[in-house]
Amino acid sequence: MKLFIPNMLANADAGFWFPEQSSTVAEHSDSVYFFILYVCTFFFVLIVSLMVLFMVKYRHRPGVEATKTSTHNLTLELSWSVIPTLLTIVMFWVGFTGYIDMRTPPSDSYEINVIAKKWVWAFQYPNGWIESELHIPKDENVTLTMSSDDVIHSLWVPAFRTKMDVVPGRYTQEWFKATRAGEFPLMCAEYCGQKHSMMVTKVVVHETRGDFDKWLQQASDIHKNKTPVEAGEYFYKTRGCVQCHSLDGVPKNGPSFKGLFGKEEKLADGSTVKVDANYLRESILEPQAQVVLGFKPIMPTFKGQLTDQDISALIAFIKAQK
Amino acid sequence: MATVVDSSDPKSNFPIQYRELNYLNCSSGWKSWFFTLDHKRIGIMYLIGVTCSFFLGGLFAVLLRTELLSPKQLLMGPDTYNQMFTLHGAIMTFLVIIPGVPAAIGNIILPVMLGAKDVAFPRMNLGSFFLWLFGAAFFLAAIALGGLDTGWTFYTPYSVTTNTAVITALLGVFILGFSSIFTGLNFIVTIHTMRPPGMTWFKMPLFLWALYATALIQILATPVLGITGLLLVVERAFHIGIFDPALGGDPVLFQHFFWFYSHPAVYVMILPAMGVVSEVIAVHSRKHIFGYRFIAYSSIAIAMFGFLVWGHHMFVSGQSRVVAVIFSAITFSVSIPSAIKVFNWLTTMYKGSIRFTTAMCYGLAFIFIFSIGGLTGLFLATLATDVHLHDTYFVVAHFHYVMMGSSLVGLFAAVHHWWPKITGKMFNENWGRIACLGVFLGFNLTFFPQFLLGTRGMPRRYYTYLDQFQGLHVMSSCGAYLLGLSSALMAATLIYSIYRGKKAPANPWGGASLEWMCSSPPPHNNFDHPPLAGDPYVMESVVYNEEIGGYVPVECQGDNKQTVTASGDNEA
Repeated sequence: MKLFIPNMLANADAGFWFPEQSSTVAEHSDSVYFFILYVCTFFFVLIVSLMVLFMVKYRHRPGVEATKTSTHNLTLELSWSVIPTLLTIVMFWVGFTGYIDMRTPPSDSYEINVIAKKWVWAFQYPNGWIESELHIPKDENVTLTMSSDDVIHSLWVPAFRTKMDVVPGRYTQEWFKATRAGEFPLMCAEYCGQKHSMMVTKVVVHETRGDFDKWLQQASDIHKNKTPVEAGEYFYKTRGCVQCHSLDGVPKNGPSFKGLFGKEEKLADGSTVKVDANYLRESILEPQAQVVLGFKPIMPTFKGQLTDQDISALIAFIKAQK
Repeated sequence: MATVVDSSDPKSNFPIQYRELNYLNCSSGWKSWFFTLDHKRIGIMYLIGVTCSFFLGGLFAVLLRTELLSPKQLLMGPDTYNQMFTLHGAIMTFLVIIPGVPAAIGNIILPVMLGAKDVAFPRMNLGSFFLWLFGAAFFLAAIALGGLDTGWTFYTPYSVTTNTAVITALLGVFILGFSSIFTGLNFIVTIHTMRPPGMTWFKMPLFLWALYATALIQILATPVLGITGLLLVVERAFHIGIFDPALGGDPVLFQHFFWFYSHPAVYVMILPAMGVVSEVIAVHSRKHIFGYRFIAYSSIAIAMFGFLVWGHHMFVSGQSRVVAVIFSAITFSVSIPSAIKVFNWLTTMYKGSIRFTTAMCYGLAFIFIFSIGGLTGLFLATLATDVHLHDTYFVVAHFHYVMMGSSLVGLFAAVHHWWPKITGKMFNENWGRIACLGVFLGFNLTFFPQFLLGTRGMPRRYYTYLDQFQGLHVMSSCGAYLLGLSSALMAATLIYSIYRGKKAPANPWGGASLEWMCSSPPPHNNFDHPPLAGDPYVMESVVYNEEIGGYVPVECQGDNKQTVTASGDNEA
């Protein structure tokens, strides 16, 4: 036991129960939690102490029989039905009020679109820029409008105490107002297959709106100060390609990019194709059109999420992996 | 099958008289077991099947916990991991906990407790076991045919798109559903029609009330699971567009269907265990159960409310806010009857003469574990906290406290309580208690740290995790090893007793319900004449007899003229 305690408390960013509160709803959520915790602890201690007391006091002794006592007592039984009922009504009420806040996005929110897919997040900012990390300004209401390309995912930021499923075929919304600048884990909470546990990214909370705007401007300017290969590498790392395509020649869920360009690949339908710019472009936009033999048709489309310039940069990057 | 009991002897119900023949040795050969209509033999076959499934599911659990010792890969890749947690959940739920107490223990004990010769429909009873076996075979086939990686919940659209053996597993679930319905139906009819003279509804042992409430859920909820499973099979095979949004279906609809069965199913798992604990606490404290009617009514109340709360699994699923609020409110209603039971059990112990037999130790462990399991449910019923806790290790910890800690510990209590009755042998109490202590400590060490993991931000069903969670995961895995070893020790102790155990008296613990009035193990037909039932909790109606090493009815102790039934009424 002792071995683990330092480890448990080592995370300076966290309290004993929760990560540090970093959004406006966190405080309410935690206070409801602690209210229930105190009530439960009281009852648990009561139950266990009575049990232990009876275990010790009324343990069997030779020659001593059990004492006959009353087999029911209406007052006692009603009281231990009614008191817990009243307590649960209070619990329901405090939970209900907090929930309504969590589920009502303010009208003055900064809006970001989210597309979830196996197994990467795509956050689309109002200027069209897509990033796999979520960047938001501090002290500003942010609403995420979320949809999924394949199965159900769930967006959870533990530090914000909010979570919402991302369901294919409908839009769901989640909002928060961050109260601390910094970086926080953001993860998928609904089981979504092989790399569910790797669908983890981070929320970067910028100190001021100015910082955030500056970041967004620089980020969306990706092609300006970079060669196409550098820009392609950026997309490779940030848009989820890295999850399935290695650079070291070892195939993962998809073929490795090493030496891929110019290679003859056998397809699932028996034909062959030469990997050139046209084939790569098609595979990015219509991944299921020509699947290489030996791989599952699981790659999501990037149609509408990468511009022609972005795709050209990616192709340049793949070409450079000799 | 030959009748073996000499019914000419009017005193043959009395425990003092040991008969040579019992249900275990009255006939032999595999056919006499496999095609038996004796509820006790069917129950034994269930018990063996459930035990094998439990150790298979437990082996998966131990492998999963070993993988989680480190965020890095130790034993298996993510695909294997996902299949293993799915099969762990599916096997433990559908093959172990749901049939555990009702089908295995209930089958053996229910008719004896009623003083009946058998259940109402013995052939249907055997049929339900064959269906269980058939369903289990489909599960094994699913493992052989490339596994199953959907999670035991089969959520769409993932279950429609994954290329693992979803259809095979769903057919298994469908067949197991029929097995469950048959058992439930049989129990309801048996309890309605076969109660012996003197046993009014409110003179019925609480274990029977619990089984009755369970049976109601089984026959009302299970059909929905069957239909949901079939819809999913059809969706996968023919792409109709019921659940798949790409075809205009609704994936959340599946969740509604699924939980409409699976939430009440939680009470199929826990209610019988509560019934067991009511018996165990009363008998081993040598006290009349306190608040009999409240406990009986609370079983029915839990069964009823259990149907109205399925939406609490879906607070963050995208269902409307209004629906979430209503489900939250109703969910709290389930906690009240559960709390009532706990207080009643405690009060039953008051001024008792508590013997720390293995069964009682499991009963006390149940109260401890179930209190934690039940109370942590409040955090999940409360909307504001559930949003943070949903789909985290907090939920994993909570439902293991309820399903494993309570339902299975209830099953363990039942097995130890009725073991002398079932096998006719006494097991070694010291080894039994050591195993119980191991199960208790191992269980809490495994699952308590998971509450902290959950609140701190560890989602469930994760193959790997952030480094900061490793300490708690290592604790949890150590607990799992202890739990696994203790379960094996428990099984070894019990199996050893079959070969080397002392012969059991008819009534080793001093119970007053009818199953203790026939010999251990019971004869093929249980009772030659329907016994006269009294209050099943008047422990004074039996007294200890040194010669036999067990309890005998007071009227058999010579000059005491008091009868079992006459002492039945001690309402204060």
